[in-house]
Amino acid sequence: MTYLAKPKLHHPALPTNKLGYTRRDYEGAVSTLCAGCGHDSISAAIVQACFELDIEPHRVAKLSGIGCSSKTPTYFLGNSHGFNSVHGRMPSVLTGANLANRELIYLGVSGDGDSASIGFGQFAHSIRRGVNMVYIVENNGVYGLTKGQFSATADRGSKNKRGAMNSDEPIDMVGTALLMGASLVARGFSGDKAQLVPLVKAAILHRGSAFIDVISPCVAFNNHPGSTRSYDYVREHNEAVNFLDVMIGREPITAQYGPGELREVVQHDGSVLRLRKLHEDYEPGNRITAMNYLQEHAAKGEIVTGLLYVDPDPKDLHAHLDTVDTPLNALGERELVPGADALERVNATLR
Amino acid sequence: MPQQIERINDFVIKFANVNGSGSASANMLFAKSILRMGVPVSPRNIFPSNIQGLPTWYEVRVSEQGYLGRRGGVDMMVAMNPQTWDQDLKEIEAGGYLFYDSSKPLPKSKFRDDITVIGMPLTEICNDSYTDARQRQLFKNIIYLGALSALLDVDPNEIAQLIGEQYKGKEALLKPNVHALQMGRDYALAHLKCPIGLRVQRSDRVGRKIFVDGNSAAALGSVYGGATVCAWYPITPSSTVAEAFARHCKRLRTEPETGRSRYAIVQAEDELASIGIVIGAGWNGARAFTATSGPGISLMTEFIGLAYFAEIPAVLIDVQRGGPSTGMPTRTQQADILSCAYASHGDTKHPLLFPEDPYECFEMGAQAFDLADRLQTPIFVMTDLDIGMNERLCEPFRWDDSRGMDRGKVMTREMLEAGKEFGRYLDVDGDGIPYRTYPGTHPTRGAYFTRGTTKDRYARYSEEGPVYVDNMQRLLRKFETAKEMVPKPVLRPARQATRFGAIHFGSTSPAMHEALDLLDEQGLHVDALRVRAFPFSDQVSEFIAEHDQVFVVEQNRDGQLRTLLVNECAVDPAKLMPVLHYDGTPITARFIVNEIATKLGMFNVTPLRKVVS
Repeated sequence: MTYLAKPKLHHPALPTNKLGYTRRDYEGAVSTLCAGCGHDSISAAIVQACFELDIEPHRVAKLSGIGCSSKTPTYFLGNSHGFNSVHGRMPSVLTGANLANRELIYLGVSGDGDSASIGFGQFAHSIRRGVNMVYIVENNGVYGLTKGQFSATADRGSKNKRGAMNSDEPIDMVGTALLMGASLVARGFSGDKAQLVPLVKAAILHRGSAFIDVISPCVAFNNHPGSTRSYDYVREHNEAVNFLDVMIGREPITAQYGPGELREVVQHDGSVLRLRKLHEDYEPGNRITAMNYLQEHAAKGEIVTGLLYVDPDPKDLHAHLDTVDTPLNALGERELVPGADALERVNATLR
Repeated sequence: MPQQIERINDFVIKFANVNGSGSASANMLFAKSILRMGVPVSPRNIFPSNIQGLPTWYEVRVSEQGYLGRRGGVDMMVAMNPQTWDQDLKEIEAGGYLFYDSSKPLPKSKFRDDITVIGMPLTEICNDSYTDARQRQLFKNIIYLGALSALLDVDPNEIAQLIGEQYKGKEALLKPNVHALQMGRDYALAHLKCPIGLRVQRSDRVGRKIFVDGNSAAALGSVYGGATVCAWYPITPSSTVAEAFARHCKRLRTEPETGRSRYAIVQAEDELASIGIVIGAGWNGARAFTATSGPGISLMTEFIGLAYFAEIPAVLIDVQRGGPSTGMPTRTQQADILSCAYASHGDTKHPLLFPEDPYECFEMGAQAFDLADRLQTPIFVMTDLDIGMNERLCEPFRWDDSRGMDRGKVMTREMLEAGKEFGRYLDVDGDGIPYRTYPGTHPTRGAYFTRGTTKDRYARYSEEGPVYVDNMQRLLRKFETAKEMVPKPVLRPARQATRFGAIHFGSTSPAMHEALDLLDEQGLHVDALRVRAFPFSDQVSEFIAEHDQVFVVEQNRDGQLRTLLVNECAVDPAKLMPVLHYDGTPITARFIVNEIATKLGMFNVTPLRKVVS
């Protein structure tokens, strides 16, 4: 029913957040993706996260590349500026946007075709620069819009819908993000919203390059037996290492936890990431052990999900460049144009 | 004794050196000392794509009349590179001079008898005076500079003064340099016949002019144009634009209270990312630019198309060189005209600006940002290696403090709040230019989704044919509007009415002016129009209409500007005669005069005097 306009009316008793917005105020246009598409669940998680964090929708800029995933920014945060750029190049456009105004929240939405193939370089470089952003890859292992070709994250030995086998090594987005220095790395599953919403929230609050790989099954082209990105397969192989709660400021711990079960990470802005450990030996504060852990479990065919790494005090690109606090796009002639006298002094050095 | 060229303040001297031998700074001192004597010079680096070891040349034209184009021919060769000896010798005009290092005797067959040979045992002098190998090499350059000052009557105090400025605060370096200079001069005065027929005489033709390269001028223009974001990828001959921008910004754009930067410069992973960053920043309301050359433009074209259709301001400084990527990176050309004018897929066209010298690199470098914001589209500043990487004498930079940045049509929070209608692609004023909003402006109004062409006037998704056509027609209207905003062409009428015209642009300018003077001396009258921008203003088509034949002088093989004129001005191609120079060296007045005089001969127009070639 995607051709129908979304009704503006909603139930009068819908809960509102601190800004007085309802969850509906964070929605966008009706999705044109296939019914049951994992990507729609991710959009819903983004809506939920922004609503719960009391974010002003217009203070978010959402950017994407090309592909099914990159269409989704139309379907959430209708009052935010969006930018559907070119294939694989969202990271550079986002970097530029971020340089222009450091005060907005930058949400980059991409897919595995967009970020692991044509945009692999831009994905890696935007992360190694420490751009303050939330970079979400909606990862389904397949090219949907062009009807079912393997993507670069498809597992070796997995089968496509016609039964052909993929013989190429998959690109591990999470491993790459860790190697490139992402300061928050997570993996979620679009079929597990309870896990995903706090991951998105943590990423939004994080002041550095936050990367979330979301396994998001494609119901049209990659949800069959033999696929390693189907709902069934991911559910069977999902190994969540922790469960995350995100709090603005510290709230009392109410539930009972065994020793070593709970870990708290206070981020630079004061927000608290409260991690309930599901795997006792998993330590999300150490990049190197995280990488080892992921490799070992991937070799066993497990898909490790959860908050995989976080640096509570990251430095972003603006810090590296030592730019002024005022957004560059808000500087006027007085700050930017040195004037005639200064120019005459330049002239004097050129004679 | 061969006949000797005798000329004051009007000659060409060329230095043949080895790349990386430290000659560049000595040669620069030579050129600048003549400038300080009030005599215009125009130096050019002719260098290989190499760090060390390959041949490199520095050609200095000394011209009392102020002709700054490359003349062609060499009156004196300073031959410091045995590798290129034969080739260098050949280039000397009959009656010219050869200055060389005579430490090692050379057979007579290695010389010419129609030139004056001046040998000086430079290596010997250096080896006697210095023990350190690097010093021997570096001071050799300063020693020959001293000798030349005696041979050419260059005031040694001017050179010493320049050395003093260069090593201000580094006394340890200053003294030995001045000593080496004196040593070379003393040797020449004692052992060589000084001065020779070529001489420099103090004059007053420089005045307040400045001596600067186009790349740093364009970078300074970007500072004055309000650019805050620069994203680039190293590529000869454009890299020094970004490097100069960094230098200028450090001095002019540091927040005094905090020492922090009012700019952001990113050396990106490639040209695709460079232009992506520029577009992202432009979309978000910062003034942003990239500097690149032809191969970079090729890589950027997909993005350039997006910026055209999505109507995002961007500035690209294209320092042109020979193509392709493994082409002639250190040689000059004007060969990106078509690839920039029509860059990208689909129906696209872009404004181009053609600066003639560093002064205009500054002017247009600044103006490009106003145009980009006003027209909400990519603007190309089309410079080239000849003006980009060589220092050129030009008018001092000027700035009017009352001039503000024209940020174009930006709808503010207040305007939205007041209920002003916002349609991102709505042509409210009939000029084809819609209003835009910066992200984050208003909680409930003015947000829109940016994409290519699948959109209506309100930026809603649409793949409807009529909607697409409506948008494309508006973009055409916008291009029409651009015509009146870009810099106007400059006319130089001939002394008397003529049916012949010539169109030229960019770095061809100085050679063209000299050529027009020479043609005029021969009684050949040609009106000249210097095109300064695309889209072409109506004056350009009028100029073509007013003449029977128009020469289009450019530095590429295919007559790219001519193609653009034929295409955009709907003129009869037969009317436009190409005059093309594309061997990678800068075009010369001699070349233009020969070409035009020969072609005029075909129309039974003969010079009053024979063409000097």
